[in-house]
Amino acid sequence: MSQTRSKADAILSESDQNTMSVLAPLVGWLIPGAGHLIQRRWIRGLLLMICVVAMFVLGVLMEGKVYGINGGDLLDMLGFVGDLGAGALYFVTRIADLGKGAIQLASADYGTKFIIVAGLLNVISAVDAYDIAIGKKE
Amino acid sequence: MTIQLSHFSAALVFSLFASIVFGITQRSTRRDMILYGTKCFGFFVVGTILASWIMWVIKR
Repeated sequence: MSQTRSKADAILSESDQNTMSVLAPLVGWLIPGAGHLIQRRWIRGLLLMICVVAMFVLGVLMEGKVYGINGGDLLDMLGFVGDLGAGALYFVTRIADLGKGAIQLASADYGTKFIIVAGLLNVISAVDAYDIAIGKKE
Repeated sequence: MTIQLSHFSAALVFSLFASIVFGITQRSTRRDMILYGTKCFGFFVVGTILASWIMWVIKR
């Protein structure tokens, strides 16, 4: 009886792990740090969220550019891929029509880089959430 | 509302956030995370200062 129960628990836990391995990176990409938070890595999740969101918001406040899907230039497309890494932050910024990019300001160029790097850092944290979900990392 | 950071302060803020994310994602234990994050931050800052001096020398 107990052997049957432990087998059932193992199957259930494996199923949970499979679900989490899909859910954690997806949620982590959409909401920075949330992939860690749903796996009860509270401090790590909060730190990642603060870092990615602060960097993205600072980039927008510095009047950095948020790239659209069809920039017409290879570097613009790469910028778009980087920006898209920020998940919901990207979509909210596009919907709110922010991130036009003030080319006359030097700090706006830094802002553009802040936004791209925030997206890329968010991708790294989503991959880390996946590693935790599959048990590769504590 | 807009913010205008100097080149150096922008580099410092960038380094801080990037180092924290690197520390958390690239190491497994808490101690290693803190050590790696600190090391990354140090490299970023020293690299920035070195690069600025190199650019100053090239300009001369």
